[in-house]
Amino acid sequence: MIALEERMAAAIAALILDPAAPPVRHIAVGAASPIPAAACWLVKKGGHPVRLSLLHKHTGNPFTEGTRELFDLTGQGRIDLFFLGGGQIDGQANINLIGTGDWPGSKVRFPGSFGSAFMYLMTPRTILFREEHSPRVFVPRVDIVSAPGVSPPGVFRRGTAQGLVTGRCVFRFDPARARFTLASVHPGETAENVRASTGFDYDEPADVPATPDPTDQQLALLRGPVCDEMLETYPDFCARVWQRRASDERAA
Amino acid sequence: MALENLDALAASVPDGALVALPPDNSLTPAAFARALVRAGKRELRLVGVPVSGYATDLLIGAGCVASVQTSGVSLGEAGFAPCFTRALAAGLVKVIDATCPAMHTMLQAAEKGVPFMPLRGVIGSDILAHRPDWKVIDNPFAASGDPIVLLPALQPDIAVFHAVMADPDGNVWVGKRRELATIAHAARRVLVTVERLTDRNLLDDDRLAPGTISGAYVDATALAERGTWPIALLDEYGFDAAHMAEYAKLARSEDGFRAYLERYVLTLPAQAAAE
Repeated sequence: MIALEERMAAAIAALILDPAAPPVRHIAVGAASPIPAAACWLVKKGGHPVRLSLLHKHTGNPFTEGTRELFDLTGQGRIDLFFLGGGQIDGQANINLIGTGDWPGSKVRFPGSFGSAFMYLMTPRTILFREEHSPRVFVPRVDIVSAPGVSPPGVFRRGTAQGLVTGRCVFRFDPARARFTLASVHPGETAENVRASTGFDYDEPADVPATPDPTDQQLALLRGPVCDEMLETYPDFCARVWQRRASDERAA
Repeated sequence: MALENLDALAASVPDGALVALPPDNSLTPAAFARALVRAGKRELRLVGVPVSGYATDLLIGAGCVASVQTSGVSLGEAGFAPCFTRALAAGLVKVIDATCPAMHTMLQAAEKGVPFMPLRGVIGSDILAHRPDWKVIDNPFAASGDPIVLLPALQPDIAVFHAVMADPDGNVWVGKRRELATIAHAARRVLVTVERLTDRNLLDDDRLAPGTISGAYVDATALAERGTWPIALLDEYGFDAAHMAEYAKLARSEDGFRAYLERYVLTLPAQAAAE
């Protein structure tokens, strides 16, 4: 039995290692990002030499000046890849972390933009992720733009979304056309179902491949050494997905 | 430096003050926030550097807060910040949205004593449209057009954080969380709660000096054992996930939040509750 979170982590790992994308040397993972964190650890534990900076990990957190240091590094172009989610994400890859309705979230208020308004423009690559794949999340146009998917010519910007990994599928993003293309659907999903669950328009090949299952080796890594790294920062996630708790393991 | 009593230190914060607080992973002064609630402070204008968590949500729920300038308010894995969300919907608190590096940059401008600093990014975000105090100019050093955002210096009236140790000269040790120096340098008045006291001068120890904030910036300190609880303190103690889950659950309703205040804030010192 492969958990959906494991499928998403493996799909994100495949995007990270995409040979057509700019190389990654230093990846940062922000707050509330357990699935991207698992994907990064999967890449690293799989033997790929990347530097991982996990903002909310206490032990092994490389920063001695907190998040300020992360933003300074990113400002210089020294962070190659970052991850962003969204309360809403639209077909132009705009993300909304502020809320729905009128400013500043008159219907539903989300926590806030965090570093997105900076990171999305200053990182050569961003992988978008959101497990819930529904028309309320993937909307034709976000109510509020926390960070824009594309920028007009003349605005300094290092990169855009590479893709969007959801609980149902993987999309790739083309910044020139500001448009997503369906790349694969997870086992058990169909292209029709993804279409019905998505509020924005996107392109779709005639034959949509299935997202590959994580390999046995990847599953072993996720459930062992990857989980070991994540227990401290994401105890609830590790308990839910892998039924492992740091407290049990200390007692054992 | 004279050591003050925690509740007396909290009582010294004027109503309406602009108060900078670190986030939940960087020496949050949680015991101090509970003391502010006991002191019945009103109309505080909180600044989340760069985001806000438990302490801010608690203060909002207790009616101490008029506004919060921040890049996000959340309880991490415990979910959305319930009191913030409820108070915002009821119009009881104003949120001034920012993005994390902008918070740092505005404080760094204050730290340097310059009126503004530029920041890349942000252009195209609706945050900019709702920040009349942020401006876009054309980079005067670029050969062709290069729009860039200018942010005004932000000088908090008060910065508060917790530290592991204070020495007799008022130097405080924050370990690897050296970003706290920015709010200490930028604020008009700096209040620090500490876990314990040490007799030796922290700046005289070459191993401790890099993680020390000079007493030159610190106006007052107070002892608060387990002062960041339920949040972790460096390698001193861990995050109390069970308590944060209890807070998140209780704070979902007004009645539950009142029960939380009775149980953990109003009647018991925080360190006793933590034991």
